[in-house]
Amino acid sequence: MRVGEKAGLKESRPLRDIFGEALLEVAQQNEKVVVLDGDLGNSTKAELVRNKFPERFFNIGIAESNLTCIGSGLAACGFIPFIVSFSSFLLCNAYDQIRLAIAMSNANAKVVGSHGGITLGKDGPTQMGIEDFALVGGMPTFVLLVPSDPVSMRWAVHAAADHVGPVFLRSSRVAMPFIYQKDTSFEIGKARTVREGEDLTIIGCGLMVSTALDAAAHLADRGIEARVIDMHTLRPMDSEAIVRAAKETGAIVTAEEHLLTGGMGSNIARIASREYAVPMRFVGLADTYTESADPDDLLVKYHLTAHDIVQASLQVLEVKAGRAK
Amino acid sequence: MAGNPNIADTKTLKEIARALRCDILDMTTRAGSGHPSSSFSSVEICTALFFGGILNYRSDKPDWPERDRFIMSKGHAAPLLYAVLARAGFFDKSELNRLRQIDSPVQGHPIQGMMPGVEATTGSLGQGLSTGIGHVLGARLNRLDYRVYVLLGDGECEEGQVWEAAMAASHFKTDILTAVLDYNKYQETGPIAREMALEPLVKKWESFGWEVFEANGHDFKDLLKKLNAAKSEKQKPSIIIAHTVKGKGVSFVEADYTFHGRALKGEQAKQARKELLCG
Repeated sequence: MRVGEKAGLKESRPLRDIFGEALLEVAQQNEKVVVLDGDLGNSTKAELVRNKFPERFFNIGIAESNLTCIGSGLAACGFIPFIVSFSSFLLCNAYDQIRLAIAMSNANAKVVGSHGGITLGKDGPTQMGIEDFALVGGMPTFVLLVPSDPVSMRWAVHAAADHVGPVFLRSSRVAMPFIYQKDTSFEIGKARTVREGEDLTIIGCGLMVSTALDAAAHLADRGIEARVIDMHTLRPMDSEAIVRAAKETGAIVTAEEHLLTGGMGSNIARIASREYAVPMRFVGLADTYTESADPDDLLVKYHLTAHDIVQASLQVLEVKAGRAK
Repeated sequence: MAGNPNIADTKTLKEIARALRCDILDMTTRAGSGHPSSSFSSVEICTALFFGGILNYRSDKPDWPERDRFIMSKGHAAPLLYAVLARAGFFDKSELNRLRQIDSPVQGHPIQGMMPGVEATTGSLGQGLSTGIGHVLGARLNRLDYRVYVLLGDGECEEGQVWEAAMAASHFKTDILTAVLDYNKYQETGPIAREMALEPLVKKWESFGWEVFEANGHDFKDLLKKLNAAKSEKQKPSIIIAHTVKGKGVSFVEADYTFHGRALKGEQAKQARKELLCG
C-alpha cells in the first residue's frame, strides 16, 4: 500500500519536481533570486531555472564550500541566493561555511538540502540526508522548513524567498501525496492540524505526515481518534500547538524521516516536558545508517511505516490509560 | 569621513603603518590575547589598499553599493582590520579598546554586520576568496563598477577551499578580483616549508589561470605598483604574492614564530612600544 492511500490522499509527483517548479516561480517573480547549483541541478530540479534565466543560474561545480561562500557574497550584494545540492553534501561538506558565511553572518541565503531522508532509496546511505534537522539545529539563526506535500513545498519555497535571513529547506526525491488544498495558507512557525482528534496526537513532518494520516485512519478503525499535526517548521517550533496537543489529548507520538537523536521528536519532547509533560513515543531512525534498497522496503525495515506509528500510538495510549487509573 | 579615500605619499603611508602597529599592539595587549604578529605582517598591504589610493570606499556609508570590497580572509588579523577601519573613519578609534570584551561588537575574529566595514565573517580559514567571487558575480548582475580584494594568509592556502575558489575565479573570468597573499612563511606551529610545503606557489596560481605578481609586502612603492598593475588585468583574476616578515616591526617578535596567537604582555609590550615609537 502506498503512503497516503489508507488516508485517501491523492498521488503526486516527486517532491523535487515541485521544488524546481516553485523555484522557477519565485525566480520569475523576483529578479533578486539567484540559483547556485552544486552540479546536481538535474537531480534537484534547480536546472529548471537554468533554462529560463541562465544569467541568474550559476553552476559552481562539485565544490560545496565554495558554493556556499559565493552564495553568501551574493547575499551581501542584495541577492537572494538559493544554494541547492543534496543535503548530505551541503551540510556535511560545507557545514563550516554554512555556519560562518550564512548562519553567523545572518546572510539572506536559502540552503536547499535535496534528497532528505532515506526514501532516495537505491543510491544508498552515503547520499541520504538523515541528519539535516540535527545539523541545521546546530545553527541558531536558521529557519528550518520541511514540506510534507506539493502545496506546502510550493509555499515553503515562496516563504523562504520572502523571509529575510537564513532558511534551510528540505527537499526529497520521493513523491509525497497531496495533503492540502491548493489555496491552503501556511505561516512560518505555525504548525497545521491536518486531522482533528482527542485521544492522542501524532506530530509528523515531511513524508511522515501522510504516513501519520494513514496511521490515524487505521486507529480510527479501532475507534481511536488521533489528532495529526504537520510540523512543517522545525525552527521556530510551534510550542503552542505542542502544549495544546499535550493538554487536550494527553499523549504524543512523533514521526520523522530522520535520526531520532537531534531530530524533531527530541525537540518536541523538550518543549512538552517543560510545559506539560505527557507520555510520548518516537518514530524515526534509531542510531543506525540504512542501506541501498527500494524506498518502500527501507521504510518497512527501518520502522517508518503507518504500522510503526500505530504500534507507538497503542503503547502511548496504554501508558496514558495506566496513569488515568 | 566621506568621499574618496585619501591618497597618501610614501612617507605618510609609513607613518600610518607605524601607528597601526601601535594600535594593534595596544588593543591585543589590553585584550590579553589575539594575533599581533599575523597582523603586523599585513600592515603595509592594508595600508596601501586603504590609504594608498587603491580602494574606493565611503566610511560614512559602509554599505555603499559601488564600494570596492575588502575581505579579510585571514580572520585572525582582525586587530589590523579594526585598526585600519577605525583610521579610515568607519567607527571611532575608542572602539579598539573593546576588542574581545563582553558586550562589544569588536569580536576576536570579524563577524559580518557587527562592525561597519567588516564584509565577511572569517576566522575559519579558506572562505574569503569564495565570498569575494560572490561579490564579483554580484557586481555583474547589479551592473556596478567596483573591485574586490581578498587578503589571504599563506598557511590558509593549505585549505582546499582556497583552490576551489582559485579554480572558480578563473572559470568565471573574475578580472575585478585581486587576492593579496601575505606570505610571511610561518603558520601556527612552525615554518610553512617544514609543516606543509606550499611551493611552488607562483606556478600553482598561474596554473589555476591567475595573473601572478610578486612584491615586497613591506615596500609601498612595490606594493602599489603591483596593485595598480593588477587593476588593468583583463579576463583573469590576479594575485599579489607579498613577501612579508611575520611580526614585522618588533625585533623579538620577528625572531620568534611562537608569538602567532599571543598578545604581548608587561615588559615585552613596553619594549615593543619603544621599538615602534608608540609614544
